[in-house]
Amino acid sequence: MAITVPRPKLNWRERSYLPAIVAGLAITFKHFKNMLLGRTKVTMQYPEQKWDSSLPDHYRGAPALVQDEDGRVRCVACQLCEFICPPRAIKIIPGEIPSADRFAKVEKYPEAFDIDMIRCIFCGMCEEVCPEQAIFLRKDYAITGFTRADMVHHKEKLLEIGGVMHGVVLKWNEKK
Amino acid sequence: MDFAFVVTSLLKIVGILVVILTMVSYAVYAERRVSAFIQDRLGPNRVGPAGLFQPIADMFKLLLKEDFTPRSANTFYYWLAPCLAVMPAIITIAVVPFGSTLFGVPMVIADVNVGILFVFAIASLGVYGIVIGGWASNSKYPFLGGIRSSAQMLSYELSLGLAVIPVFLLVGNLRLTSVVRYQIEHGWFIAPFVGDWTNPWKWLLAIPMIISFLVFMIAIFAETNRLPFDLPEAEQELAGGYNIEYSSMKFALYFLGEYAAMITGSAVIVTLFLGGWHFPGIPDGSHGWIFGLINIAVFFAKVAALIFIFMWVRWTLPRFRYDQLMRLGWLFFFEIALVNIFLVAAILPYTSRL
Repeated sequence: MAITVPRPKLNWRERSYLPAIVAGLAITFKHFKNMLLGRTKVTMQYPEQKWDSSLPDHYRGAPALVQDEDGRVRCVACQLCEFICPPRAIKIIPGEIPSADRFAKVEKYPEAFDIDMIRCIFCGMCEEVCPEQAIFLRKDYAITGFTRADMVHHKEKLLEIGGVMHGVVLKWNEKK
Repeated sequence: MDFAFVVTSLLKIVGILVVILTMVSYAVYAERRVSAFIQDRLGPNRVGPAGLFQPIADMFKLLLKEDFTPRSANTFYYWLAPCLAVMPAIITIAVVPFGSTLFGVPMVIADVNVGILFVFAIASLGVYGIVIGGWASNSKYPFLGGIRSSAQMLSYELSLGLAVIPVFLLVGNLRLTSVVRYQIEHGWFIAPFVGDWTNPWKWLLAIPMIISFLVFMIAIFAETNRLPFDLPEAEQELAGGYNIEYSSMKFALYFLGEYAAMITGSAVIVTLFLGGWHFPGIPDGSHGWIFGLINIAVFFAKVAALIFIFMWVRWTLPRFRYDQLMRLGWLFFFEIALVNIFLVAAILPYTSRL
């Protein structure tokens, strides 16, 4: 059934549209003036202003590897993160620590540790699963590159983002 | 024809062309900034300080784009149309006095005694650029845009012509320099009572003159395809109208033509109703070259203010529907302009009574 929308009856002032036009012009000029005087809030000017300082604590940015105080990569190449990673962005080649080494009891270290940042979905599962607290999601979000190869973070890059972690592994203590 | 006249004329032509083209490119920039400010955005602010080099970047972008000619287009007219869109807009400025005198040289390129007729004759040619462009593209949306443009031009040319007749009833001839001189002596045409404050007939005359000014201004909006009347390029309905099939520099020429038409339109309005280069208290160029320069600056400041109004209106009002536009032109502005002439003619004999 067709519904007839009732048209409002306009008086002659409204029909001339002049008051409406003047009101419209006044509104747009008010916006123009407020913008000119800097009273209008506008979007953040990104490359100059950044929101780094107001990032929340739980922000999940680029994943990174950490070293301990002795300069050893904390990762023990257990490959749990590689298996849990939903988009399969992580690739680890484990290597054996020679028995003469100071850390021989750790047995394994990552010979290569690549994270493909094109594939990474910043889910944080690698951080969650890591038994050694070796991989963390940092607050870096502007990850750029000119080629696909540029977008793969190798071990050196990951360690550079990650930095040094102090203290022992405490991850499971609170769960005991 | 003496040598000095040729040299000064050439200098004036080159000078005004440079000024107009610069104004066009910065009008595009201003349009983007003004629209952004009205919509609470920032607009282009990256290239150079406050984005002031944006027009240069735009120009390079448009020059380096592929210049594509559709296979089905009528090549000759397809190439001719953008030129036809630009030329009339720039030629019109030739008869408009843009300053008093500078070193004794009158600041008008061609002071012809049919000034306003020349303006109308040439400015109306601008529509050919759009109509031919729409037809030669051999595509449906440009074609619709071209048709709309011609219909719109027919509807508004008449009120445009009738709206200026009161001005020439007062002045007595068609020379644009004498229009300016009359306004200096008797007050601007939107305020004809200036200088003759006690004459009630002059105050009465102000009413039809202001109506005439408004009708002329609205007709110029239609003539230059500016927003309440930009039916030929209605982006939402015709996806850009007459210029869809155009690319690269040919598209840029259409753009240039639109803004050049806007600038010359503003210049004509300023000359006819807002006192041209005159500003109360500033003497003309015969008192020293510095005043000559100030007169030119005053003229272009007035033009710039009018261009701002053009943009302000564009970003405020929605577009008219096709039939509303025709009805407004034929049943409203035409009658108003016509009655207005009789009003002025009726008041005119009494104004000079004192």
